[in-house]
Amino acid sequence: MLSFILKRLAIAVPTLLILVVLSFVLMYAAPGGPFNSDRPLPPQVLANIEAKYGLDQPFWKQIVDYVTNVVFHFDFGPSFQYEDRTVNDVIAQGFPVTLTYGFWSFVLAVVVGVSLGVAAAIRQNSWLDYLAVGVSIGAQVLPNFVMAPILLLIFTLWLGWLPGGGWNGGQWQYLIMPVIALSTSYMASIARITRSSMLEVLNSNFIRTARAKGLPGGRVIRKHALKPAMLPVISYLGPAFVGMITGSVIIDIFFSTGGIGVYFVNSAFNRDYSVIMGITILVGALTILFNLAVDVIYAWIDPKIRY
Amino acid sequence: MPAYSSDAERLIEVGHLAEVQGRSLWADARTRFVRNKAAMAGLFLLFVVAAFALFGQFIAQYERDTIDFTLIGANMRQGVPSIETGHYFGTDASGRDLFARVVQGTQISLMVGIIGALVAVIVGTLYGAIAGYAGGRTDDIMMRIVDVLMSIPFMFVLILMLVIFGRSIFMLFLGIGLISWLDMARIARGQTLTIKNKEFVEVAHATGVAPFKIILKHIVPNLLGIVIVYATLLVPNMIIFESFISFLGLGVQEPNTSLGALISEGASNMAYGVLWQLYFPLIFFVLTIFAFFFVGDGLRDALDPKDR
Amino acid sequence: MTFTRRHLMASTAALMVLSGTTAIAQSEVPADANLAADQTFTYRVGDESPSIDPGKVEDVDGSDVVRDLFEGLYNQDADGNLVPGVALDHTVSDDGLTYTFNLREDAMWSNGEPVTAGDFVYAWKRAASPELASPYSWFIELMSIENASAVIAGEMEPDALGVTAIDDTTLEVKLSTPLPYFPQMLTHGTTFPVLQSNVEEFGDAWTQPGNMVSNGAYVLTELVPGERTVRERNEMYWDNENTTIERVVKLVVPDENVALTRYLAGELDRTDVPAGQFPRLSEEYPEQAISVPEACSYYYMFNLRENGPEELKDERVRNALSLAVDRDIIVDAVLAGGQKPAYYFSHWATAGFEEPEIAAASMTQEERNARAVELLEEAGYGSDNPLTIDLVYNTNESHKSVAIAVSQMWKQTLGVETTLSNQEWQTFLDARGSGDFDVARGGWCADYNEASTFLDLMQSGSGYNDSKYVNEEVDQLLADAKTSETPNEQYTQVEQIIAEEMPIIPIYHYAAVDMLSDQIENWPVNNFEQNWYSKDLYKIESE
Repeated sequence: MLSFILKRLAIAVPTLLILVVLSFVLMYAAPGGPFNSDRPLPPQVLANIEAKYGLDQPFWKQIVDYVTNVVFHFDFGPSFQYEDRTVNDVIAQGFPVTLTYGFWSFVLAVVVGVSLGVAAAIRQNSWLDYLAVGVSIGAQVLPNFVMAPILLLIFTLWLGWLPGGGWNGGQWQYLIMPVIALSTSYMASIARITRSSMLEVLNSNFIRTARAKGLPGGRVIRKHALKPAMLPVISYLGPAFVGMITGSVIIDIFFSTGGIGVYFVNSAFNRDYSVIMGITILVGALTILFNLAVDVIYAWIDPKIRY
Repeated sequence: MPAYSSDAERLIEVGHLAEVQGRSLWADARTRFVRNKAAMAGLFLLFVVAAFALFGQFIAQYERDTIDFTLIGANMRQGVPSIETGHYFGTDASGRDLFARVVQGTQISLMVGIIGALVAVIVGTLYGAIAGYAGGRTDDIMMRIVDVLMSIPFMFVLILMLVIFGRSIFMLFLGIGLISWLDMARIARGQTLTIKNKEFVEVAHATGVAPFKIILKHIVPNLLGIVIVYATLLVPNMIIFESFISFLGLGVQEPNTSLGALISEGASNMAYGVLWQLYFPLIFFVLTIFAFFFVGDGLRDALDPKDR
Repeated sequence: MTFTRRHLMASTAALMVLSGTTAIAQSEVPADANLAADQTFTYRVGDESPSIDPGKVEDVDGSDVVRDLFEGLYNQDADGNLVPGVALDHTVSDDGLTYTFNLREDAMWSNGEPVTAGDFVYAWKRAASPELASPYSWFIELMSIENASAVIAGEMEPDALGVTAIDDTTLEVKLSTPLPYFPQMLTHGTTFPVLQSNVEEFGDAWTQPGNMVSNGAYVLTELVPGERTVRERNEMYWDNENTTIERVVKLVVPDENVALTRYLAGELDRTDVPAGQFPRLSEEYPEQAISVPEACSYYYMFNLRENGPEELKDERVRNALSLAVDRDIIVDAVLAGGQKPAYYFSHWATAGFEEPEIAAASMTQEERNARAVELLEEAGYGSDNPLTIDLVYNTNESHKSVAIAVSQMWKQTLGVETTLSNQEWQTFLDARGSGDFDVARGGWCADYNEASTFLDLMQSGSGYNDSKYVNEEVDQLLADAKTSETPNEQYTQVEQIIAEEMPIIPIYHYAAVDMLSDQIENWPVNNFEQNWYSKDLYKIESE
């Protein structure tokens, strides 16, 4: 098991390098540059700025310098767009925000999704089942850029219960709508996956045997059925995680939460090279770690898998 | 974005069983599929949506890009859906017939979904089949590469690509397809490993048929069943993906549109008394995705020989 | 969603002359005003500003913040006239090259130190230095300060810049050429003082709340990038007793529809009105929806480069395309926010500008359409030989709506096939700058309140002339205008030549369309450059 983890971590290094080079090349291929604007800067001013950010260096040197700084100094450089800040500042400020609402969305999606799925499976073909399936399919296909403004209209404008955006250090009032908007579709997916895998397990021979032996239903489900039924849910958590990071773009746009999502899109548009790189590396590294964690949990639950 | 990994895992397993149990399984599957009410309903819905996309333009009273300049600012009162004016779904914010635009949006969304899935299927199947057939180190390296690529946040890369190469429908197909071929490759490889030890493959190999020919002639055709099932599950994801891209303003060019673009526009005008601009495209979006989900789920369940 | 940033308009006005008298500060709150208990002003911006360092500030939103935190030599009143800031008055030498400013003695930094002439010297040299590499260093050059170009180019040390502190309250500035509107440029953030000891103590982090020492009516107390910036009353400010608003909160709300929702829910005192929503809002909230002229012109430019499209080199084609654009529909129906249809380039409300007589302006749209069809036929295009055009615009809801409408007008009136190409900002700038278009969107905002700020774009050598329009007569007229007693005559002629040769299609003149809470009083609606100072506002109880 340990060697498996180490091996995976070893792969992470070339993966991140590929990511760095790929993003670097893509960005430099893009038309326009970080300092273009409606009124072109006088050449001398532009030259000063490019010298300041090292953009006058040859391409290979820029990559090498960048990687060196990141690896040895953990320094992602200054932001080209937000002149008062470095990329480290941008991430240090935005990432905890994204992480906070992401974490709660994740918890909500898993807890509610699994409970709903299990309940639906136990009462298969009851009204509860139909309701759960119907609601979850509906929630899964409603794009969150539709969900977010609906929430805003209802809770902020009509009812006046919740603030329409902002973060305020993450007080609960400011968390509710982002968490709902971000988690719903994953909640729905998890409910569907749980339901179908739970049904499969409940119909399998060993559960039937356990029941035939007269073990009480609740206990059978908790002790025997739940663990194997969770396997597909666990393997879904990886893609769900990546999806939530992507979804944070929409959360930041609609709820002005100031997370890193909005920076990614804005910096791609503004050609803020250093911020794009920083966020891409961060998200890449997180994805690798998260997938690794998912695999470890999977192996721990599934007796069939040996590394 | 909804699941594919868990679907992929399951399909790999199902594929093995199917191969082990032989051809009769496919016949069983058809019977099972036909008996599945949700799947049949999905299939029916799919036909309805497809018919709407294909023939809707013959019912529309207006061109999708023609502006009625008398309606443009007075949308809220005069652009309402009505049979009399011929604007069945009302007009959009620019005074164009929404019915014609929803027809066209459905076409584009379906196309993005299907072609995106196709790109994923072609690239993924070939890649997986080659890796599986070659085996050994080649297989190892090829699958390691897939693992590596799986950790790349492709949505971000796609945004970069659209920014760089400019928005075009071709880029969308390519980008969206390329995001999702990885799972396909894993499925195809798993299947190939089972098939490659079959007699007919070994015979071909023994008689000196070139490896690439074996892959194309003998392996890929045997992968098709499972690949199609996966593709069906992929289409709705592609459509949802496209809607996100459209929301960011990186979707297709005007006057073309997609369901995602229409919904995004409708959603931003939601508070301004023109709700029809949101719900008509949304209905078609939801119906399309429902249909694909049901059909895909039905196909997968039908193939799954485990009794449930 | 929009990702474009509004760019800053430097505040300069050639025709305004400072009286030199010490007018006492404005912003008198009427004695009977029912002031609200909570004097907090909350407003929306679409994006975080690149910088709030006065030396680097480059966008409109950032400048609004900087004007509150720092105070330059002069301020503007509600009508855009100069009023004393740190400077009480100034004298100009007879050759117009030396300005001597007399600074007030009671101006203080928020840490209690006095504001001195040396602080201005430091700030200006800093802004020009290649070391800071400010994107707005060109502003120092625009001000014609002695040696500015050489300092920016790194050929001279910043100390060579023509600005000296004679003593603590006397600042001397030397110019390289006389510039009648020089004092008007001093309300711009780039010219505001910064405290050397403060900047050197914290380095790049000096603009963080807690670190920043400022001399304006407000100090920075909170800055959460991408979310909020809070500034609060500066007790050390010399005119502190006349400041009414205690706290100003700038919220970043990327989506303008969300911002409107939040405004209506009472969370914001000011926000932008989304395109097309003004008529409805002004009907429902007549006191709150306001539309005032904004110093920008919206136009489409033709690509007139050598290697550009042949069809567009024909004047008749360009005229036909312009005539077929029904500007009334665009301003009344598509945008509907109090914009004015444009048949000439300079904004109608520009100071001292007299409307030129343009033939097309007095025709009805039917006449214009008929003439357009005629012209296009003459040029040899018709149903058998249709004209096709690529129209490029940058990603933005209202640019999109205008492009869709115009393409349909061309199609319905002239049978012209238009391919719309929506590009995001940087790609768009690149395409436009390199001539990769047939017709492209353009918007130009005044750098100063005088018509040459617009018309200089038509100069063949202008770096902003993306049409690459060349006309020697226009060049000559514009050069003459610089020294003319009555420049308006030249401007009229230039506008008429443009209307004939049509290198660009003027479409509309901007209006700033906002929702402003009826509790906020004293908003400077007559300030054409939209420069507002929180210290001049006050908030009354809602009725």
